[in-house]
Amino acid sequence: MASGKSGMSPVVTLLVQRIGIGVLVILAISALLFIGVELLPGDFARNFLGQSATPEAVANIRKELGLDQPVITRYFNWLGGVLTGDFGQSWANKASVNSQLLKRLSNTMFLATVSAIFAVPISVGLGMVAVFFRNKLPDHVINVVSLAAISMPEFFVGYLFIFFFALVLGLGDGPPIIPSDPLWSFANFELVALPAATLVVVTLAHMMRMTRAAILNIMDSAYIETAELKGVPMMTVIRKHAAPNAIAPIINVVALNLAYLVVGVVVVEVIFAYPGMGQYFVDAVTVRDMPVVQACGVVFAGVYVVLNMLADIGAILANPRLMHPK
Amino acid sequence: MARNLLQVRDLKIGATVYPPGEDPVDIEIVKGVSFDLEKGKVIGLIGESGAGKSTIGLAALAYGRGGVRITGGQVLLDGKDILRYTRAGIREIRGRKVCYVAQSAAAAFNPAMRLGDQVIEASVMHGVMSRTAAVERARYLFGVLGLPDPDSFGTRFPHQVSGGQLQRAMTAMALCPNPDLIIFDEPTTALDVTTQIDVLAAIKHAIEETQVAAIYITHDLAVVAQISDDIMVLRHGNTVEYGPVKQIIEDPHETYTRDLISIRSDIKPEAPDQSQSLMRLEHVDAAYGRGAPVLFDVTMHLPPGQTLAVVGESGSGKSTTARVITGLLPPVKGQVIFDGKPLPPALKDRSKDQLRELQMIYQMADVAMNPRQTVEEIIGRPLTFYFGIKGEERRRKVTDLLDLIEMGDPFADRYPAELSGGQKQRVCIARSLAAQPRLLICDEPTSALDPLVAEGILKLLMELQKETGVSYLFITHDIATVRAIADSIAVMYKGRVVRSGPKSTVLSPPFDDYTDLLLKSVPEMELGWLEKALASRRMAAAGH
Amino acid sequence: MSLFVFGYFALLIAGSSLAAHFGRREVFGVLFTVTLASLLFGLLWGQAAFWAISTLFILLAAAGGLGYCFREYMVMILPEKASRFMKTAPLTASFGMLFIIVVLILAIFADAVAPFGERQIVGDVWQPADERFLLGTDNLGRDMLSRLIYGAQTTIAVALAAGVLSFAVGMFLSFTAAVVGGWVDQVLSRVNDLMLAIPTLIFALVVLAALPQNIFILIAVMALIDQTRVFRLGRAVAIDIVVQDFVEAARLRGEGWAWIIFREILPNVLTPLIAEFGLRFAFAILFLSSLSFLGLGIQPPEADWGGMVKDNKDGIIFLVPAALYPGAAIALLAVCVNMVVDWLLNRTASLKGGRG
Repeated sequence: MASGKSGMSPVVTLLVQRIGIGVLVILAISALLFIGVELLPGDFARNFLGQSATPEAVANIRKELGLDQPVITRYFNWLGGVLTGDFGQSWANKASVNSQLLKRLSNTMFLATVSAIFAVPISVGLGMVAVFFRNKLPDHVINVVSLAAISMPEFFVGYLFIFFFALVLGLGDGPPIIPSDPLWSFANFELVALPAATLVVVTLAHMMRMTRAAILNIMDSAYIETAELKGVPMMTVIRKHAAPNAIAPIINVVALNLAYLVVGVVVVEVIFAYPGMGQYFVDAVTVRDMPVVQACGVVFAGVYVVLNMLADIGAILANPRLMHPK
Repeated sequence: MARNLLQVRDLKIGATVYPPGEDPVDIEIVKGVSFDLEKGKVIGLIGESGAGKSTIGLAALAYGRGGVRITGGQVLLDGKDILRYTRAGIREIRGRKVCYVAQSAAAAFNPAMRLGDQVIEASVMHGVMSRTAAVERARYLFGVLGLPDPDSFGTRFPHQVSGGQLQRAMTAMALCPNPDLIIFDEPTTALDVTTQIDVLAAIKHAIEETQVAAIYITHDLAVVAQISDDIMVLRHGNTVEYGPVKQIIEDPHETYTRDLISIRSDIKPEAPDQSQSLMRLEHVDAAYGRGAPVLFDVTMHLPPGQTLAVVGESGSGKSTTARVITGLLPPVKGQVIFDGKPLPPALKDRSKDQLRELQMIYQMADVAMNPRQTVEEIIGRPLTFYFGIKGEERRRKVTDLLDLIEMGDPFADRYPAELSGGQKQRVCIARSLAAQPRLLICDEPTSALDPLVAEGILKLLMELQKETGVSYLFITHDIATVRAIADSIAVMYKGRVVRSGPKSTVLSPPFDDYTDLLLKSVPEMELGWLEKALASRRMAAAGH
Repeated sequence: MSLFVFGYFALLIAGSSLAAHFGRREVFGVLFTVTLASLLFGLLWGQAAFWAISTLFILLAAAGGLGYCFREYMVMILPEKASRFMKTAPLTASFGMLFIIVVLILAIFADAVAPFGERQIVGDVWQPADERFLLGTDNLGRDMLSRLIYGAQTTIAVALAAGVLSFAVGMFLSFTAAVVGGWVDQVLSRVNDLMLAIPTLIFALVVLAALPQNIFILIAVMALIDQTRVFRLGRAVAIDIVVQDFVEAARLRGEGWAWIIFREILPNVLTPLIAEFGLRFAFAILFLSSLSFLGLGIQPPEADWGGMVKDNKDGIIFLVPAALYPGAAIALLAVCVNMVVDWLLNRTASLKGGRG
């Protein structure tokens, strides 16, 4: 088996490397969102108060919010806080960012999970159907429909759902109002049905097209022909020869699209007034509440980076060249 | 009369091609080919690319690659036409009665499965033998094919073994279910000569041992002569000549076959050795990036107006040597002396004249030319760039150059995609000549071409040398080419020059070990060469 | 059972049988699937389902017919080479081109075409569609159709500006990285990797929160974020070409960077680049609309499609479809661009030769 002389197999080294890079990227992103944004023209305090604020008011608030200190000092103070689990204080209501963030993140994850439970199997299945009917009518239909789905903005899909909801239930009935209590429970599936359906529609097409491309790539390889020429029946070819090699690319596709899904949540939450992190983020952006904006930005980016990292790790673990080195 | 194992009757195979922007066109790849194969015999199918030989081989498995389909004729296996079988019937034949060995074993093995499992898959699936029996047989075959450590070889993954071993493992996979017929589709083409001879010997031994019949497909007549009983020469989907191997090799009836056999046998007289040199490499070491060095203390010299052949297998450092000379890879140590003066090591430090005097021809002519430029633009650019020639005069000069390479003015307005392989290489030669170089570096310029086309290119190069006095640094892995055109030779192995000097000295004994191995591995157009070569090898091994 | 329902099923079943009889398996498959689906939906939702399916069918047929006519028309009037090219367009792509051209003309001549002014209040709030207001009025009583046309102008202009800018910057940087190589390539690529690791919308929102609101800043931010995608593609494509022997031949000849980029590389990557530009444009439309929808894009009262959805979203639950029109416009334009791009990309793939 794979144990080198150094006592650490190349796979482990590679995984450690990949995780290290992920951590570095998150750090770099936090620096970019904190320091880079500061270097842009414009003044947080003035933006926060609005253009009509007097210079005295601006100076006061700068002092009050600690904006008079150099940016590097503030960044490291902030980073120190984050590492001990403290995201600071909102400018708008002086409340701690932490309590809100955790609750909202959990709600967002609930919505994303419910969507993924439906989106992943459906899209991977459809991708396989498209491969099976390659260059035949069902493939063309799936191609055109998925192209259309990719081109639809989230809010169009969302409002279309709400419109039909109202059409079926009668005038004046919107989708259910979602309480901001912790949502993790089967009973709440119905509550998030519409936002989840919207997310499924907008991620489905992408995931399906990428699955199709990944499987086609494998079906075109020479070893599939070899298996066919050995007289192996088609279903066995797919099960024994194609599937083991398709796992890595499909894991990759799924993880990439989950990352996309987490970001797509922002718009969907606004449409359905869903009490998640996306809504929190957009509200903060509108009033320029920078501590909240930065905290949400880093968390979103962090989730995105971690999912991308998982995609890479999946690919590493499924690669026989790396799992069974010479 | 004993019924033949395989009878192919008037086989016709077609395909549909889709030229972009035009309506699809139906073309015929194989135009009515017939042959017979007895049990335990081997037939060799030979021809240049596009002759339809692989397509015929796959038809024996009732398989068409890509959009290829069989349009007529019969393929009778044990007297039954397999082209009329149902899908299930065809599956019963594939991997049980007829097996296939692909050119690129590296791509043909599933990277995620152990070799042993893939080798026995067909036998077990078709119920030819039990799993234990199949594993036992695989072990036996690994041994017959000379694979290292037959007992544990099957537990390895494809990426864990070498190319030559994979090719043998693929042969084992084909032999495992005890088939009646095996299709070998260029099984040794992708291998180096010194590896090729081992694989060839292993295949021949295995065929004799198991008494299986085979169709052996290749473009190399010398290879097929070692292994088959009959030979069919194909060209453009038609049979040129079909007969026993002895008759084809020793008494060919058709001109085309004769040309194939007599190829590169006219040896150019060797020019006298000169101490004066146009280009000299002195103690060059080179490495890519900060990696391990790939050239060690390489020294060679090339007299003006002569040809220096640099010979070696893949990974020997011959192409790296060319990159050092052209300045693409500045050496770590040592220098390149050109016309008595050292050349600046890096490309960007060389003067326009130094660049002009040193031109290059590539192996793949079709990627060496910009597909969006016409032949006139391609040949004309050096004229404009180095000499400032434009307009009418440039067109005239381009026409002259086209005449020089025996093509002529009408080609000036064509795009590379509209030329044949040989014509493309000629245009590349014309482009380099336009710069009026003193040294032309030829990096395997004929190895991607069919033998007769390659022959034409070599003759043209020799003509041009006589007319213009240009020197060639000719990089190749093909000893026959070296014999035909070189004045002096440098043999490279693992980044070092192991032997160099005038052709007559280098190619005559006493040899060093590597040159000896290399020369003995090159297949010769002679019946029984393989046995002789192997015998002499064994003797050499015993002598040590 | 009404005559409509009866005719509907009679037509479908007759069509399916005919298709099956003449061995047109695919047509049969579609028709019979629709028949079975109609039965199911009919049981669930009654006659409305049949109307919906028939309307969809007629719309699709009309789009296909328009696409067909447009393609044949272009083949007829275009010069030889362009007409041969046009012949390869599938119906989807040719309909896409037609729609894009129509929208562009409407946007350019908005002042002449729009029946009312952009900010003119002409009726009641959310008036239903009638002869005067073809698509009804919006949340302030402005004519929806006129705002859609003016919105097309703003949306397309901003998206196009962002697309062109991101494309120019991304291409310049990526080609420089690919051709110059060395540490220049390293630095550019690593910075780009970092920016790619941040989700676009999040990045845009953080940056826009820190900056004053203004249309040029909006364009610049969109371009900055999008150029990372252009850079990734441009570098990959250029590296593919740079390692080709003909580029090496040009370098050995002593050609300068400008010649290599403009004469050797660019002509070979034109089709994928045009396709990529289409994708970037479609993405810019969607992205801009999302930003406007979230209130950080183009500011009211200027009409733009994303903002119009935001303005009219409260009407949805009262069955006022005003918010759906701009949404549909965005989707339709993006679909059309994507369909044209899809065709171009398939063509490049087939030029390189597929399998074998």
